[in-house]
Formats: sequence, structure tokens, C-alpha cells
Amino acid sequence: MNSLLYHVAHQTTYRYSGLVVLSRQLLHMMPRATEWQERITHDLSFSTTPSQLETGYDAFGNPMCWAEIDTPYKQLTVSAQMQVRILPRGRQVARETLPWEAVRDSLAYHGKPLAPGQLDIVRYRTESPYVRIKHELGQYAADCFIADAPILVGAEALMRKIHREFAYEPGSTAIATPMLTAFRQRHGVCQDFAHIMIGCLRSLGLAAHYVSGYLRTEPPPGQPHLVGADASHAWVAVYCPPLGWVELDPTNNMHVDSHHITLAWGRDFGDVSPLRGILTGASVEELRVEVTVTPLSKAICG
Amino acid sequence: MKQAGPRQTRLYNGPMMKLADFFPYPASSLRYDEMLDANHELRPHWQALLEPLQAISPAEIARSLALTRQMIVENGVTYNVYADPQGADRPWLLDPLPLALPAEEWAAIEAGVIQRAGLLDALLADLYGPQQLLAEGLIPAELAFGHPNFLWPCLGITLPVGHWLPLYAVDLARAADGRWWVISDRTQAPSGAGYALENRQILSRVLPDAMARRHPPPLLDFFALLRDHLLCLAAPDEPALAVVLTPGHLNETYFEHAYIARRLGLPLVEGQDLTVRGDTVYLKTLSGLHRVHGILRRLDDDYCDPVELRGDSALGVPGLLIALRAGRVTLANPLGTGVLESPAWQGFLPGVAQHLIGQELLLPSVASWWCGEKPAKEHVLAHLDQLVIKPTYPSQHFDPIFGANMGEAMRQQVIERLHHRPHTLVAQERLSPSQVPVWNSDGNGLVARTLGLRVYAVATPEGYQVMPGGLARIAGESDADAISMQRGGSSKDVWIQNWRAPQSRPGSKRLPVRHDELTSRYAENLFWLGRYTERCEDKIRLLRATFANPQGNQTESPVQPDAEAICRQFGLLPPQGRDFLDASLPYGLVANVQHMFLCGGQVRSRLSAENWRALTNLNHRFNEQISQAVDPGEILDELVLAMAALAGFALDNMTRENSWRLLMLGRRLERLHFFASLLSKCLAEGKQPAQPVLEWLLDVGDSTITYRTRYLSTPQTSSTLDLLIRDRTNPRALAFQCQVITMMYSEMAQSLGIPVEDDLLPVLPVMDAEHLAELDGDGDRARLERQRLANQLKVLAHTAAHCSDRISLKLFAHTDPPRQAILT
Repeated sequence: MNSLLYHVAHQTTYRYSGLVVLSRQLLHMMPRATEWQERITHDLSFSTTPSQLETGYDAFGNPMCWAEIDTPYKQLTVSAQMQVRILPRGRQVARETLPWEAVRDSLAYHGKPLAPGQLDIVRYRTESPYVRIKHELGQYAADCFIADAPILVGAEALMRKIHREFAYEPGSTAIATPMLTAFRQRHGVCQDFAHIMIGCLRSLGLAAHYVSGYLRTEPPPGQPHLVGADASHAWVAVYCPPLGWVELDPTNNMHVDSHHITLAWGRDFGDVSPLRGILTGASVEELRVEVTVTPLSKAICG
Repeated sequence: MKQAGPRQTRLYNGPMMKLADFFPYPASSLRYDEMLDANHELRPHWQALLEPLQAISPAEIARSLALTRQMIVENGVTYNVYADPQGADRPWLLDPLPLALPAEEWAAIEAGVIQRAGLLDALLADLYGPQQLLAEGLIPAELAFGHPNFLWPCLGITLPVGHWLPLYAVDLARAADGRWWVISDRTQAPSGAGYALENRQILSRVLPDAMARRHPPPLLDFFALLRDHLLCLAAPDEPALAVVLTPGHLNETYFEHAYIARRLGLPLVEGQDLTVRGDTVYLKTLSGLHRVHGILRRLDDDYCDPVELRGDSALGVPGLLIALRAGRVTLANPLGTGVLESPAWQGFLPGVAQHLIGQELLLPSVASWWCGEKPAKEHVLAHLDQLVIKPTYPSQHFDPIFGANMGEAMRQQVIERLHHRPHTLVAQERLSPSQVPVWNSDGNGLVARTLGLRVYAVATPEGYQVMPGGLARIAGESDADAISMQRGGSSKDVWIQNWRAPQSRPGSKRLPVRHDELTSRYAENLFWLGRYTERCEDKIRLLRATFANPQGNQTESPVQPDAEAICRQFGLLPPQGRDFLDASLPYGLVANVQHMFLCGGQVRSRLSAENWRALTNLNHRFNEQISQAVDPGEILDELVLAMAALAGFALDNMTRENSWRLLMLGRRLERLHFFASLLSKCLAEGKQPAQPVLEWLLDVGDSTITYRTRYLSTPQTSSTLDLLIRDRTNPRALAFQCQVITMMYSEMAQSLGIPVEDDLLPVLPVMDAEHLAELDGDGDRARLERQRLANQLKVLAHTAAHCSDRISLKLFAHTDPPRQAILT
């Protein structure tokens, strides 16, 4: 498979009840450079010019941007444009991954020095603001992780189970909906699917993180339209030695591949929400998000 | 006279005879006793303390106790109890008999606290820096990464002054063997130092002279050192400013926040008082923004910056982390230090101490097992009965469980949890803390109570310094093992006997700039208190003129339909019916009274006690009458009087400063807006107000008597409007409002040194006597004139509203709550 070239436009518009006099934004709207994703161009623009604008990296290595706007406005549009090249990922053979219990035990605390790189893995093993560790989550995943199952085999089974048993219902949950509520109601959106799967994995003592990004909007000819396109998307990465991090999309029941464009990853949604803002002076009346992901014609190869 | 009972021990033979006679005191064979040794003899360092008491009668002791309680009430020393159903501030409890400690023993505590503060400081620097201790496996990753106060956005921050732990407190308890043990570390926002200082102040007033003369080591130097730390970023030629950041008056230790702020000479602020512009923190005041160099924070770290930390926090300062990262502000303590508040660290600290400083801990921690480690879990399961189970993370809200006392159901629950989520539990060895004598409430005897000791340290350029003294915390009657101010515990001052001051540098004499001026938040709340108070008054008068029926006749007055329609336009009546006490009306009377009361609460400290009481009474009485279904007319009558009293307080009891001007500006703008709207509604479409409508208008405008004495006739349109619009001497007239608004605003602008923008202030439409005369009559000309006036009044009402908005933007520097976090 060849590499694929994409253009993404992500536009967010807020309309407010009154004048916003001072606001600060935190943006995770620039693509992260990874082994399989090359950043070609990226650009951020604001309908009201920020008084301060700084770019850098967060604690999880994601590119991010801080903005302060001190010019009053009633409406704000933040627009991100980017071009990325997605490279093919190697074959990920689930059967060749380590038994999940071995992975669990290797990540647990032993009072001995950690293996190189392990510190960056164990940070994704604990509770985080949006992800709980609960016995009931571990139990839910128990029949996916049978004894001695290779970890990726277990993770794939869990992904299938979540995809099968949870209804994808846009609007059925909000950002503030606790993960356990979505879990018990058996429905949600991609963010809930990801949080639930991460919660199950961490409750078993495994490491998993949350990935924020986009999906290709128009499917290649002859393939079905994917759920979660035309908006921000989210999926899960599971630590599966010896392969390392393997990304799974429980909303679409698939391995993440050349249709997924990565923005950032963190412990959960809260670490990587594309746009987070605090403002004084007014409340939001309307929020509109438009995402368009276009494969650039030259590179389409289907 | 000797009457020590069989279970009671005499205090001391010999010179202390008298005391012993009066105060038999139960010794304990199981615990260490602070005052008595194993032979039930008075320890030498207590002897000196108690000696003066020989000459003192029980009546004098009782007086001291009463005086202590009285001073606590008078000084307003309180401790808010979250669980209190009345939400009441509880008076602080202080036992006037100090805890005595010998100098040698104190020296050991001091050395141990200094060592520990340095160790925890280095541990924090590692956790937010290279994370070597985690990589080496000396501490489990779960303890840091699983802790809700491990703040990832703080990773990699380089602090301008280097210290991660400028202010540290530790809770100690003494075991039966006489050694002091560490029970817990306070690294987030250590509380209690202010209470310790206040305890000392009170004792210096209430103790008999002979005792007070014993001069315990002074505590104030400690606070000077803390202030030095907060101001260290200010250049020598710069006005240095530090603030105390509080979550607000509902916090359990709010008294202390206000007290420390006063003692340090720093403004007490809430998040909304501060703003970050670029990478600098500013205090917002009426006169503008002032740079803040240091913040003593009493707000938990995860609430401090809603942009990068908890987005649901309305208490923090958006952008604070940017300023911290840029090294533009000093925080005591920096953000992220709360991660060390977990009993789970205790078990790992000896290893960390070896690794980081190559030393043994001078002050041992109570033996602790973090159950996330398999061997620890096994040990805990096997010894559950002898241990105390505590939560690993402060976000799990449960009280310590004593293995020895738990029932079978609880036991099963603990065991299940140990299997399912072992990393969330810590077990500690149970320690029986020492006991200390406390006066009984009558002052005629001593009782034994469990003691905990909180000791404070502050970072200085020469290393940590320990406050010579501290806060002795005393358990309540029923709690032998748990000491909690939340559960009715008391406190004591701590006196080190024969203390010699160290040769260290005292705190510098540098003082922060004083900021007596109003913060923008106060200013805004005062302004809105003015607006809401006036809004209540206007609407009450409007309703009373419409619904009160002084003659008691049942026939509807001819003005009723029009008046009701206008009340409805003002949002005072439901679409159907006349229930103006309907609490669901968003602009109704009930809602307005509530807004007024809430606004008053925000500026309580700027109001006189009587004023506040009048406001509270009004609110209380109003709600009481509604719930008792008192006749609505009667309620309105009483409200009119209560509102007049409130207006009187503002006139009589406030000095003519900007706070008063803001209150008046609020009232005048609101009154201008209300009467201009009301008159414009009555003249809409040029209609000629009938005579009862004019009488009604005069009643609403409290001008009936004036009209009668001046005109000696039934009301005419022109003369009524003359009185209500043009008359500069009538405090209800529009002209009067415009005149006062201009005056107040100009005076305030002058005092703040800002220019007065003429287009900001409302201007009355030009009306001369000729114009007025044209308003009477039914002709087309009169109709047109009335129509024109109605339009002008409508514009005037808009100008008043606009003026209020402009004042808000200009003077309160963008402070309108609510804030909100938006996530996409």
C-alpha cells in the first residue's frame, strides 16, 4: 500500500449571548508527527486576532497552541488547515503479541528499576479525570481476555464486544457525561466508546491511551462510509508488546489505518480536547463545528 | 483538703499542692502523658509553666476561659464546618493552657522537619522534572500518575526561586515510647498557621500576667519570612505586590485566609480579582491593573487555572500556569504540590531519603503499607485487625477505618476492595497518641485529651526555617485517635521552654505596597447591590400603588387594568392572574429580593453591621411572610418600610468614598431607567393619562404629598410630568437622577484620575415650560407632543442601561461572571 495525502479543514464557530471581553484558548488542532504520519503543512487562524499566541508541546508530546484574545467579540471562528501524509503501518499480527497477564505483571510496581521507555507507558495505566478504574469494567472485559490470550487478541475481542453491545447515538451523551453513565446505558459517541474501552483495559492493569483525530470523510469507491466522519474522531491505543502501541477504533470496529489522521494523544479526552476555552463576559449561544477531510487526488490509490 | 480519688493522681506534691488540690487529673498508663512522667510526677518543663498558677484562684481561671471564648467571638475567629446543616461558622476552640515542650526536644523536632521539608521539596522537583525516582523504581508510578493532584501541565516547569515547597506543614503525634512520629504531610496549601498566631495573640490577653510573662518564642518572624518569599520576584525599585488567594467565604478556614492576609498586609482576593495578560498576573482594581509578584494560595492546585487544569473551576485564574511557567509569579505553594498528600508516600520515603540525601529520616513515619504492592497487600490482609485503613488518593472520600473496631460487613468490604483495587488503599500502624491536660469547661478541673502537633516550615534563601511553636490540635471528647477540627476538636498554643533564638536572619523589613482601593469585583458588586436595591424599591412601590387598597373597598379602581398591564410589562405578574409573589417569575419581586440579598452577601465586609442585619432581616421576614401566606398587601407595606431603612443606612452609615459612589450610581441609574421606562409606557402612542393614572404615577413616584402642597389641585399631565421629570429638587425626578449620576461619576473619575467621557452619561431631553403646557389636552398637537416625549423617555431609559454597561466595562475591567469552560 502506498502512502496517502490528506487535506483537513477543521472550523469551529462560537456565537455568544453578549460581548466576550477576554478569553483564553488552548488548542490541540495541529497534527502530531508520528512514525506513520508526516506533517506537511498546518495553519491556524482566528476571526479575531489573538493578543498572544504561542505554540509548543504538552507533557504528552503533542503540538499545542495557547491563545489569548483581549479584543471583545460576539462571535469567534477558529480554523485549522493541515496537510498530512499517512504511511502504511506494518502488519500487526495479534497472535504474536505477549500473553496479557505477562504484560499486566510487567507494568506493575516491583520496586526495581523500570525497563527503558516503560515510564512513558505506565503513565497511561491509572485513573484519569475522564477514565475510571472499576471492578465492573474489568469484569466486562473478562471474557475477552481469557487465560494466556495474546494481549492484542484480547483487545480486539474487547473492541468487537463494545462495538456489538454499545449503540452509537450522536447527541446521546455530552462531554460532561461521566464515563460510567455511558457504560451503564450502553450507548454514546466515539469519545465514550474510547473512554469505556480504555477504562476496561486499565481496570485489567493494562496501559491504554486516548487518541484524538479525524477520519477520512468520503470512503474510497465501493467502501462504506465510516461512522464519526465529518467531525473530530477518537480512538484507543493499547500497549501490546512486542509490537508497542496498537491503535484500535471501537466505534468502527477496526484497526486504525490510513483513514485515520492523528492530532494528539493523552490519558483521556481532557488532555487533548481540540479546543478548550475560558472566557469572561458572555455565554455560548451556538457552537458549530465543521470538519472536512479530503484525500488529495494525486495520492488516491484506494 | 487532699482528695485525690482512687483513679486520680495528684498533680504534684510539694509546691504545686494547691493546684493539685483543685485540679485532679487522670493519668494514663497506656499513653504518653505530656505533663506527667511515668511516676505521675510533673515533668520539669511543665513545672515552670504551671508555677504561676499556684497563686491563682479557680475563679480567675474561669474568668480566663470565659475571656478566651469571648475574644474568639469578638475577633470572629471561626472555622466553617461543611457538614453543618445551618452552614454556620463555628467559633474556633482554644484551650488557654499552652502545650509546653522543652527546648532540646524542640530542637530535634525542628531538625527533623527541616530535613523532611527539604526531602519533599527535592521529591517534587524530581516528580515534575527528570522523574528519576520513578525510573529507579524507588516509588510506584501509580502514586504520582494516579494522584488527581499530579498535574501534567506542570511537568518541566522551572520555578524562578527553585523551591517546590515554600510552605510546609507536618502533623506529628507522640507514641507511648515518647518519640514523635509523622502522621501526615501537608504540602498543598497548609492551613492553621494563622490560627496558631491568633491563639498566641489571644493568650497574651487572657492569661494571668504571671504566666504571660514567660515569653514564648515569637511567631511573627515566620510570617515575615513567608512574605519575603512571596515578594522575592519584585525588583528593589518596584512596588512589590503579593496577594492571598482564597476560594471564598464558604471555605472551612476562610477566617484564617482573611487573618493571614491582614497580618501579612496583603490583599485577600478571589480568582476573579486576578487576571493574566500575556504572561503576567495582575490585580484588578477600580483604578486599573497592578502587577502581582506572589500568591499565597489557599485554593487547591487543580482548581487554580481552568484553562489547563480543571475546566469546571470557577475559582481559579485563567492563564495562571502560563505566568508560573514563564517565571513571572511566585506561588506558595506552586501548582502540583498536592500530589504528596497521600499516606502512601510514607512507606517509600526512607528509600527516597537514602537515594536523594543519603540520610536516615530524623522523624520516622508511622509504618505504612501501600497495598498496590503484592507483599504489602498480603501483610495487610493478614494483620487487618491491628491496622488503620486509609484512602490512597484524597479524591476518595472516606474516613480512616480502624481494623480493630470494624464490623463484619465493613471487614468484607475492605477485603473485597483489597482484592479489586488494592492500589487505592493504604494501611498504617495504629498509634496511640499522647494525652495532654485541657481545662474542663467550668475551669475547675483538668481533663485528658488526645494531642496532635502541627509544625510549619518556610523556605528561605538560607534553607528552611521552622515556626518556633505551632498548632496543638486536641481531639474531641469521644475521639481518642482521630483529631479533626471538623469534628469538634479544640486547639492549644505551643510554648517552647528556654528557647534560644537561632542566629539566623530575621525576615526583611520590606513591605508590600498597600492597596486600600477597591478590587474590581467588590466595586462591581457594590454597583449591582445599588441597582438591585433600587430595583426592589421601585417594583415594590409600583406593586403597592397598583394593588394596595387603603380604603378597603372591594371595587376595582379605574386605574387597575392599565396599571396591571404595566406591571406585567415589567415582568412582575404572571401572564394570567395577579400573583406577584410567584417565585418562578424571572424578573418578579421574589427573584429581585433574592438578587439583592445575594449581592449584599458579596460585599458584606463593606457594609456596616446594622446595614447587613437589616438586609438579612428583610430577606428572612419576606420569605417567612410568603411561607405563612400573609396578605400580599401587608407584605408590600412592610417591604416599603424596610427598603426605606436600607436607603437610610446607605445615606447615614457609609463614608463618601468610591464604594458609596458606586452604590449611589447603581441606585440612580436604576431609578432613571425605571421611571423613564414607566413614564414612556404611560405616554405610549401619545395617549392622555387619565387622572387616576396620574395619581397612581405620583404614588409610585412618592410625590403625592409634594404635588398636593405645590399645586393644590387634582393632577394635570403637564404639572405631574414637571414634578416627575424636570424637578431637580425631587429625589424621584429624572432630572435629579441625571444630576446625581453626573456628579458621582465625575467625582469618582477624578479620584481615580481617569477622564470623564461626556457621551457616557445620560442627558435629560430638553423641556421648557412651553413644551410642558403642550402636553395637556386631547388635540392632535398634544397627542403628537406626548408621543414625542414618550420616545425621548424610551431613549433615555436605553441610555441609562448603556451607561451601566459602559461603566461595567470601563471600571470593572472585564470581570463579569459567569466564566465557563468550553470544550469541543
